[in-house]
Amino acid sequence: MTAVLEVRGVSVAFGGVQALEDVSFELREGELLGLMGPNGAGKTTAMRAITGVVTPQEGEVRLRGRRLNGLAVERRVRLGLGMSQQIVKPFRSMTVVQNVALAAGAARTANPLGALFQTGRGAETARARELLELVGIGEAADASPSELPLGFLKRLEVARALALDPQLLLLDEPLAGLNQAEAATFADVITGLNRGGLSIILIEHNLGEVLRICSRLVVLDNGRNLKSGAPLEVMADPAVRAAYLGEGGDDAEAG
Amino acid sequence: MEYTVTLLILMGISIILALSLNLITGYCGQISLGHAAFYGAGAYCAAMMTKAGIPFGVALLAGTALAGALGVIVGLASLRVRHDFLAITTMGVGFLFLGVVRKQDWLGGEMGIFAIPDPGLSKTAYMVLVLVLAALVAAFSLYLKRTWMGFAFDAIADDEDTARMVGIDVPRYKLTAFAMGTALAGLAGGLYAHDIKYIGPDSFSFIESITILSMVVIGGIGSVPGVIFAAAALSVLPQWLQFIAEYKLLLYGGLLFAVMRFSPGGLAGMARGMAARARAGGAP
Repeated sequence: MTAVLEVRGVSVAFGGVQALEDVSFELREGELLGLMGPNGAGKTTAMRAITGVVTPQEGEVRLRGRRLNGLAVERRVRLGLGMSQQIVKPFRSMTVVQNVALAAGAARTANPLGALFQTGRGAETARARELLELVGIGEAADASPSELPLGFLKRLEVARALALDPQLLLLDEPLAGLNQAEAATFADVITGLNRGGLSIILIEHNLGEVLRICSRLVVLDNGRNLKSGAPLEVMADPAVRAAYLGEGGDDAEAG
Repeated sequence: MEYTVTLLILMGISIILALSLNLITGYCGQISLGHAAFYGAGAYCAAMMTKAGIPFGVALLAGTALAGALGVIVGLASLRVRHDFLAITTMGVGFLFLGVVRKQDWLGGEMGIFAIPDPGLSKTAYMVLVLVLAALVAAFSLYLKRTWMGFAFDAIADDEDTARMVGIDVPRYKLTAFAMGTALAGLAGGLYAHDIKYIGPDSFSFIESITILSMVVIGGIGSVPGVIFAAAALSVLPQWLQFIAEYKLLLYGGLLFAVMRFSPGGLAGMARGMAARARAGGAP
């Protein structure tokens, strides 16, 4: 089975704090992988090492065999990494639909000079509206992000990532800020995207939804690999339970 | 009539200059406190060339190209710095330009360059040339806003990090904005040199940089009609009213402060606010 994304022996330190130490995992074609761990385990740092926001001191990240180390964030995005961040960052000067249309027009913005000779946003705007419907916030398309609650902005991030037609999707806590019913509905949307062939890494604290939709779990603790495997098998592991109950580990948040 | 023509030339040059900074600061969100350096580079280059007997049109284009090339160099050096650091860096570029020009005898040193040749156009024809160029720069600005380059600039001005997340090559776009904006400042400089026929270091001082920035901020950062209006008004008012000329710095400084404090969207923002209130049926 081919790996869409490989993380091999990645270590990240911030000053004296070792946020990740020799972490390895892979995302296989068509998988919906849950990346888990208690607060401070290094999930978000792992995601940032993949996207290129932080630079690992050791190890490598490969997308379909291609080494990503040293590439800028925007290059990785153009190679097929789609991401929604834990802390939402919409373009606040634009409407919701414009946020997504800009991403849908990635081919047009690839080169500044090319972009100078291209006008017309009809096709991209139509695609953006479709994606907003898909993630369930179609009614907010013409609103300003500043007027919307967190749950909407989380879904806007996902729609914007999807607009890039990514090879894989990295979702960092997409269900935060949603109520139970919204979370369940949106988890189904994520499952639907995965069934449509998209490989997804999901970081999420909503354990119930993770166990319900993920096909495999990777658990980190204190910046190291703790366990990986099928959801029920992983959750039955005493070490995982101990980590989640907070026994024998301090949970310093490491970014 | 002659006086009106003089004022219109001055107004047209100011409009080109303010719109050129608007591409960098208004569209792409990159502050510059040293824009007069590129205005000056274009002016010196074009003036030196016509003094050497090169035709006016060629000299004007060369000044534009040189200013744009310097803009790319400064842009390359400034790609990694943001916000207040970029403001300081560009301010430094402005002082660097003055420092170099003052010490170069072949550029006239402190005295500047006198007796710049006449472009061979009547005053009225020169006015038409300047106003047509100003209209073209305005049309280009409006077109640019509608393109995907303008869309990407909006994203960068809003949030650079998020712009990268949607695949926008932020450094290349910033460099493009610098190149376009500084080249057009060079064009304005060449036009200015051949209008006044004398240039010196004082014509392109820090105060000039701040004057250009006030036109953009007071008009409304990013708004083409707002910037045109502010550039026209602020360039002509000191000529009309002597007491404004005497208190020019005080007036510009005061306006700059008032706009930033009370209407960060500038005159354009105020106009939009009033239009919105009018549409809402005069409700407060």
